[in-house]
Amino acid sequence: MSRIGVFVCHCGENIARTVDVAAVAEAIKDHPGVAFATDYKYMCSDPGQTMVKEAIEEHKLTGVVIAACSPHMHERTFRRACDQAGLNKYMCEMANIREHCSWIHEDRADATAKAIDIARTIVEKVKHNKPLESIRIPVTKRALVIGGGIAGIQAALDIADGGHQVVLIEKEASIGGHMSQLSETFPTLDCSQCILTPRMVEAYQHPNITLHTWSEVEKVDGYIGNFEVTIRKKARSVNEDLCNGCGDCQAACPAKRIPSEFEAGLGMRTAIYVPFPQAVPNIPVLDRQNCTLYKGRRKGLAKDACGKCKEACLKGAIDYDTEDTFIKEDIGAIVVATGFQLYSIGREQPEGLKGYGEYGYGEVPDVIDGLQFERLASASGPTAGAILRPSDGKEPTTVVFVHCVGSRDPEKGMKYCSKICCMYNAKHAMLYKHKVHEGRAVAFYMDIRAAGKGYDEFSRRAIEEDQAEYIRGRVSRIYRDGGKVKVWGYDTLSQEQVVIDADMVVLATAIRPQPGVEQLAQTLSISYDENGFINEAHPKLRPVETNTAGVFVAGACQAPRDIPDSVAMASAAGAKVMSLFSADELEREPAVAVVNENTCIGCMNCANVCAYGAIEQREICTVDGQVCGHVAYVNPGVCQGCGTCQAVCLSKSVELQTFTDEQVYSEINALCFWE
Amino acid sequence: MTDEHTLAGAGAGEARTPARYAYYPGCSLHGTSREFDESLRAVAAALGVSLTEIPDWSCCGASSGHTTDHMLGVALPARNLAIAEEQGFDQVLAPCAACYNRLSAARLAVDTEAGFAERVPEIIGRPFANSVEVHNAVELLRDAAPAIEEKVAAALVPNPLDGVKLAAYYGCLLVRPFEVCGYDDPERPTSMDEVIAACGAEPVDWNMKVECCGGSFSVSRTASVVRLGRSIIEDARANGAEAIVVACPLCHSNLDLRQKAMVQRGSRPMPVLFVTQLVGLALGLTPVELGMPRHFVNTEPFLADLVQRAAERVAAEQKVKEEAAAKAAARREKAGV
Amino acid sequence: MSAHPRTLAAEIHDATGVNAATCYQCGKCSAGCPMASESDLRPHNVMRLVIQDRRDKALSDQSIWLCLTCETCSARCPNACDPARVIDALREMSLDAGVADLPRTIGAFHKAFLEQIRSNGRLHEMGMVMEYKLRSGELMKDVANAPGMLSRGKLSLRADRIDGVDEIKRIFEKCGVTP
Repeated sequence: MSRIGVFVCHCGENIARTVDVAAVAEAIKDHPGVAFATDYKYMCSDPGQTMVKEAIEEHKLTGVVIAACSPHMHERTFRRACDQAGLNKYMCEMANIREHCSWIHEDRADATAKAIDIARTIVEKVKHNKPLESIRIPVTKRALVIGGGIAGIQAALDIADGGHQVVLIEKEASIGGHMSQLSETFPTLDCSQCILTPRMVEAYQHPNITLHTWSEVEKVDGYIGNFEVTIRKKARSVNEDLCNGCGDCQAACPAKRIPSEFEAGLGMRTAIYVPFPQAVPNIPVLDRQNCTLYKGRRKGLAKDACGKCKEACLKGAIDYDTEDTFIKEDIGAIVVATGFQLYSIGREQPEGLKGYGEYGYGEVPDVIDGLQFERLASASGPTAGAILRPSDGKEPTTVVFVHCVGSRDPEKGMKYCSKICCMYNAKHAMLYKHKVHEGRAVAFYMDIRAAGKGYDEFSRRAIEEDQAEYIRGRVSRIYRDGGKVKVWGYDTLSQEQVVIDADMVVLATAIRPQPGVEQLAQTLSISYDENGFINEAHPKLRPVETNTAGVFVAGACQAPRDIPDSVAMASAAGAKVMSLFSADELEREPAVAVVNENTCIGCMNCANVCAYGAIEQREICTVDGQVCGHVAYVNPGVCQGCGTCQAVCLSKSVELQTFTDEQVYSEINALCFWE
Repeated sequence: MTDEHTLAGAGAGEARTPARYAYYPGCSLHGTSREFDESLRAVAAALGVSLTEIPDWSCCGASSGHTTDHMLGVALPARNLAIAEEQGFDQVLAPCAACYNRLSAARLAVDTEAGFAERVPEIIGRPFANSVEVHNAVELLRDAAPAIEEKVAAALVPNPLDGVKLAAYYGCLLVRPFEVCGYDDPERPTSMDEVIAACGAEPVDWNMKVECCGGSFSVSRTASVVRLGRSIIEDARANGAEAIVVACPLCHSNLDLRQKAMVQRGSRPMPVLFVTQLVGLALGLTPVELGMPRHFVNTEPFLADLVQRAAERVAAEQKVKEEAAAKAAARREKAGV
Repeated sequence: MSAHPRTLAAEIHDATGVNAATCYQCGKCSAGCPMASESDLRPHNVMRLVIQDRRDKALSDQSIWLCLTCETCSARCPNACDPARVIDALREMSLDAGVADLPRTIGAFHKAFLEQIRSNGRLHEMGMVMEYKLRSGELMKDVANAPGMLSRGKLSLRADRIDGVDEIKRIFEKCGVTP
């Protein structure tokens, strides 16, 4: 015999302004099976929850219905309260009279009648609720961090310091990411590599961290706490155990004019290379695309065209015949920290983006982007820290910095602000002026976004102390005019066209996610937005989780972000992983499908439609062990509770707990038959 | 049907252009830019393209139309498209950049603006299904580039344009707005450059390709035209151009008729050629056929210089051939063959 | 409650589909405008007047008539605000409201041009230039060039009237345009 308590919430004015909550409570209290009904201003508050607990005890309630907001908001809250009062929490349901009623209707009479209907429907459902227990699944306490930039390194260190195993994979030959390319960081003008490399070494040497560079994620199976990840370790051609980082192979390599990715195209590297001197690990990779020997092999030459690096290697570490290898790891949690790339203004663009024809489509040599400027300014860069023009190697006397190239530009396909460019432009102007005292630094901007701690003060320093000229207005055209670069801008504050004959132009191009992120997201079953940035689970309250349980996100792959925020986010993701690993078992909601093996006919229709691969075939044996048939079995750890199997089951043997056919039909009946 | 659509002279698999256009010359080509019309007709004939002038065509309204009344600026061009439709054409050739732009803009307006598909036929008093496509001379020639190259290679007279540096000047209305024009990049277009290259000349990389010449202010605010034209000519010169190639009567008029005011006294004149005249020269047509004597900046010295350079090139090649033959003969003699 | 008069931004939106509020006053249009050095109002200034509902200034300033309709502003605007189209619409509105302040020569040119088309269907350049001179007062305009034009066959003395000239007159009438 049901004894259900119904609690109708005012939700302040949210519900009560449109729905006569007292009338709802009054109407429902006489419904068969309802032992108690009341209304209250804020059910989710402490006194509200206490009210529920006391009512459970006083009226010996067997079920609870909270007529209030969406279960997404507070189902967990009320279920916890019921549990504390000794009532199985799955006997508690919410009737949504806010999002489904008061928030979408205006007529009070109609809304109240509808609210009564909704409450009644859920009461009828709860009559068919069964007490359920949470499902427990084991947790593998090993984390996978994808991406070895500052965010990935931070997350890996935090989890490793917390005593858990971490596998850190990075697709380049060295960890460090874009931060390793920077000259100095704002707002302190710290040397970037000086603060980064200790972390890189720590990650490499940490006993709990296994580092795989020149590697990518190939496949991910499983679910939270129980992922099976296949890692592709790309063929390095260098044996990591034998190599001692001496560098003889690089010195011997005859292919010396390959544009270096680390130098952002402003410097060269060899085919067998370590991206930069402080690389971690300090083990080279052989770029088979540009290697003379491999080019020969691809052409079908009988004899290898080169072998100088192998000859030079005293450790015998070079092997031209290695292939990609695959490593399988059992993983409990994944952190995605793949970082960003810069938008290019060139003619060729991915779908949805346009280049900047008005700025020359990237064909003017002295028009460079922010990372290229960092390499120029960097003491270990191609010009040893001197700011020099790529076209003729001369020092520029006038440098123009252009903000918002691609960012905040819906016509080019990127509506968003890239957040960090106002800051690094100020930094660049300052670095230039520190090196070229008599030089002229001009910045064309729209707004200055300097919201961090010490940021506005930093950007003012560029103007007030280093005499950078800040002109508010966007640039219409940039083109090569003899030995100069002509810039057509506008000063909207003093209302005049401004034409500058610059020696060099630095474009603050938009921050975009790394290429290949869409495929990675699909491999992980996480979602990304229209710009390719990974989606967080909730923009306000769940910034480091994704919609897939067990997969977390940190750093610029989720949105443009500076170093301190990336580090903070990485530590937050690390904390989430640690909390996941803090128990040996994970609790899962029992809203999973269960097969009645007695009635199941083994047609496996359910397995065919299951999008999560949660259903397996299980053999039925006679008492003497003979296999006499098979039935379906739902893995409670994988099932996501979508209910599709229940819909296609021919023998009505599959039941989705908390949404059984009985429960759903009782709701429908309640709507149809009660006035 | 397929045969009609192959360009006469083009081989199978090469660019195919419709060979039959309704021709919309526009007011300028019957007046101040007669040479554009003359050279276009001559080149069209040489390439096997048939042009049938739209009967009783009327002015497209140019700038004054759309500048003062939006519907007027749509209805005036639409009338001509309606006539072309009635005559059974599905392609219109409008060489004047302004006419091309207005006809294309009218098409877009009728297609996208609420109620225009019903109102425009009512205003022009003719049925209008908006089915005719509009093209300009640059598009036509770009699509015919392989055929042009072939003919130039097969011509008996040495190509006077071989290696000559030319600046392709597109101006505004051939490339903007992109939604109206759509056949080339609006910031760094290449269609006219491709035509120049097909003629054997060298299109220079320069900066004023799409900057406005002052357009319709030619008469009413000439000082602006002089200011704008000056920077165009100077940039072309600074980047090595020997002449400027245009495809718009107003650009031509502004840079040709008004050039004297733009350049310093005594500086070398910068001839301004229509793209159709350029192709005509490459195909071996005479300057008179192409209307070149009509220009204000005299093209005779320029053309004479080109012919001379071509003759010198031919002579130099001949000399090299003769020397090689003499050497070969001497070797044979020595070997006693 | 009295009806509020329509704002300039709403009228522009009705006429052109442009939402003037998307203009964030970056100035890129004005940076590339070939007539900026000769106009008081540049394209982004005009957009600001629209969003500020400053109808009087927007419709009566000479600057909108100095626009060359070169479309450079609209081609480069990051928000597709289409200033060229907005300025077109303002010109039409200023003529309808009778507050247009056309610079004398430009106004004379438009009138002469449109009147020629209306009466002949095509532009008779000689006739147009004569009418322009009378209206603008620039009697000596291009007089030096006239012999050159004639000798090069670029000027026809005879007007080229089309058969369907009544259709043209009707179009002008239906659009409500009297040059």
